[in-house]
Parts: sequence; structure tokens; C-alpha cells
Amino acid sequence: MWNRVGALLLRHFYLYRRSLARAMEIFFWPVMELLLWGFLTVYLRRLEVPVTVLFLIGAVIFWDVLYRSQQAITLSITEEIWVRNILNLFIAPVRIGEILLATCLVGVVKALVTALVLGTIAYVLYAFNLLAIGPALVPFLLVLLLFGWAVGMCTMGLILRYGQAAEALIWGVPFLLQPVSAVFYPVDVLRAALDGGRVDLRDLAFALVLNLVYLAAGAAFFGWMLRQVREKGYLSRLGME
Amino acid sequence: MPAENVIEVRSLTKRFGDVTAVDGISFELRRGEILGLLGPNGAGKTTTIQLLLGLTSPSEGEIRIFGLDPARHRREILQRVNFSSTYVSLPSNLKVRENLTVFARLYGLRKPRRKIEELLELLEIPEVMDRVTGALSSGQQTRIHLAKALINDPEILFLDEPTASLDPDIAAKVRDVLRRVQRERGVSMIYTSHNMREVELMCDRVMFLAGGRIAAAGTPAEVVERARSTSLEDLFIAIARADGESP
Repeated sequence: MWNRVGALLLRHFYLYRRSLARAMEIFFWPVMELLLWGFLTVYLRRLEVPVTVLFLIGAVIFWDVLYRSQQAITLSITEEIWVRNILNLFIAPVRIGEILLATCLVGVVKALVTALVLGTIAYVLYAFNLLAIGPALVPFLLVLLLFGWAVGMCTMGLILRYGQAAEALIWGVPFLLQPVSAVFYPVDVLRAALDGGRVDLRDLAFALVLNLVYLAAGAAFFGWMLRQVREKGYLSRLGME
Repeated sequence: MPAENVIEVRSLTKRFGDVTAVDGISFELRRGEILGLLGPNGAGKTTTIQLLLGLTSPSEGEIRIFGLDPARHRREILQRVNFSSTYVSLPSNLKVRENLTVFARLYGLRKPRRKIEELLELLEIPEVMDRVTGALSSGQQTRIHLAKALINDPEILFLDEPTASLDPDIAAKVRDVLRRVQRERGVSMIYTSHNMREVELMCDRVMFLAGGRIAAAGTPAEVVERARSTSLEDLFIAIARADGESP
């Protein structure tokens, strides 16, 4: 199994090494977003808005963890549709679970690299220390990754089912969920963490369990869509369009 | 002694809603045989190949590949078959070596460099190893895709119009390679093409589909003679017209 997962990871490594557009997903867009919100934060502080406005910088970084992990799944498979390589993967002796595992791992790498870059820039430019959250940072990142994967699997299921017409969902679905994602506001979990490093472990555990449920639901939805696609013979249409 | 069947299909049917794309067909593919799957657009060729590759599931009927049920032994079967189509590509921004390494590892080869070199030699394009796939000519890309299809030493090769976009010289080279692979390694092939001259050159047997059913089957000479046609091409046209006129 790990040989096949490794092969799929290698494919993504080659892609990101060769494609400037793909590398920009990890570096350019998140950095631009951070700069915008960071300078807005600086401006608001100059206007003597309370110091908790720094929360915005943390939110931008956390949001990107969710967004990049969702995009890793959807873009990884959509990329194969774009380059007409998806049939090659589906007729290789690879389990669908192995494809999903590889894309989830790509998501971990993308999200962590993005968080590292943004965290460093936020510290240097805005004196915002992401690590001040302490060890609770790990479960925070984990729940965001899990939720990103869950959303990614649902989005991917829809793209497999409805083809290129549904591609706008890759970028659209996360923003549909953004108002209720509990990343920007008013989340007890995040607010507590930034308020002197205290974390409500019950809330965090609840969020983790909830995200595992979402992940299972996302995987089930993806599996159901894939069965529909196989039944209706859409795979070759997707692969040869 | 008759050759062993590597594919056996019985009463295979696939319905998409009210449309019956494949309608109760039965056939076999023998080891080392090249079977031409022919017919007009919409005849059921692509659906048949999809069914054999497990990309879609049958509504009725039975498929056995190497004696195994594809629904229960998908990975074991896919490990021993491969597919190449003019309409499918490899990632264009990866180097040839990178693309073939990924697929070699997907099929379980741990150190594939030598295998890749051997295949590129066979296909007479060793110089493209470190070139970006998207920068190659269509003839070279087709051969890279064939290299991918041969990376696991398949026992059955599904070839969907493998020479459709090639000039005659390169198409002849591709046919020579495929014949060599068939002869030396005993690979069985299911071959679709709209070029009837090529089908006559390549296929041991042909099976014409029309409206999801088998309209004619046998060696190219047999089906032409039985239909009292003058050539495979004329027979194709007659079947396509009859299919177009049927309700």
C-alpha cells in the first residue's frame, strides 16, 4: 500500500516542483492574504481599536490551514481530470482509499508549509506569535485539517459526479462555509487560546469528535458519488473530455 | 490444443436509464490474440471497454478475466492489464522519466529506471527520457503512453484508437511494436480503430458492434465473406448505415 501511496505523493512532488502556478497556491496567495489582513490590523491598532484585533492574523493563518487541506484533495484529483490522466489512475491497481490518503497527506504538507511561512511572516512583520497558543496548536491544526479533508471529499464527489461544470466549487465551497466555520469569529476555542494560552479542552475534544464525524460523512458522500459515477459510466467522460 | 481464454464475457448488458448501451453480448479473448472491437459511434465499444476495465458495472451478465470476477478481484486483474488511448494523456508538465516512474511504482516496480530505459528503446525514443512530456510531438507522446501501458508487462492490453493522431510512418512503427509485443510476450489485445486497413493488418479476429449487439464476428476475411461485402471498410459502412436506420 505505501509503495502506491508513495508513488502518488511523488506525482504531486514532481508537479509542485515544476509548476509555478501550483507553488503559488502554497506561497503567493496565502502571503498576499496575510499581508492585507496584517496591515489592516496594524491600521486598526493605530486607531486604538483594542489589541484583540490581532486575532485576525491568527484567523487568517488558521483559515489557510483549512482551505489548503480542502484544496489539496479537490485540486489533486481535478488536476488529473484537467490533464486527462484520471483514467490512468482509475485503471491502475490502486484503491480509492489510497488515492484519498495520498491527497490528504499532500494536504498536510501544503497546510503545514503555508502555516509555517505565514507564521514566520506574521511574527516578523506584526509581532504575532502563533506559537503562543502552546501545545494546543496541534489539536487546533488537526481539527482544521480534518474539516478541510471532509469538505474536500464532498467537493470532489460533486466534481466527479457533475464534471467540469462543478469546478467552481473547488474555490467556492470553503467560502460558503466560512461564515459558520468558527475560524474568524466568535469561537470560544480560538479566543480562549489567544487569551493567555488557556484552552477549553472539552470544547476542543468536542470539535475533534465533530470533525471526525464530518470526515466520515465526507468519505461516505465521496464513496456514494463514486458509485453513482461508476454506475452511470461518467468516468470515461471525465477522463477523455 | 486450443489457446486459453483470458477474457470470457457472457450475456453482458449495460443500461443507462432507458438506453441499453450494451445488449447481451458474449465473446472471448484468447491468450496472445488481438481482437478488433469495431462499430460506429454509439455502438457500445467504449462501454464494453469500460465494463472490462471495471470503470462501470454491468446491469446483467458475467465477465471473467483470467477466470476472476472483476467486481471481487479488481486490483489483481488491474495489476495484469493496461490501457492506452489517444484520448487519455499523461501529465504534460512532468518529464517522461517522472511520469513513467510514478506509474511503474503504482504497478509495484521499486527500481523502474532500467525498465523505463528498455521500453523507450523498444519504442525507439530513448532520447526523450529527460524531456518534459508536453513538449513532445504527438507521435512521441503516443509512444510514451504505450510505454506507460507496457510498464507492468501486461497480459492484456486495451488499445483505444492507438494510432488515431499519428502520421502514417509513426503509425506503422507503433503497429510494428505492438505486433512485436504480441508475438514475443504473448500479450492479448482488444483494439479499437476506425481505420479498417489497420484493423486488417493488426487483428486476428474482429467483432462489429451495432446498437449494443454483435453484428458480425470472426476473422477479418470471414466477416467480409459472410456478409458478401468487398472489404472490411464497406462492411463497416453497411453496418453503420443499418444501425443509423434502426429505430
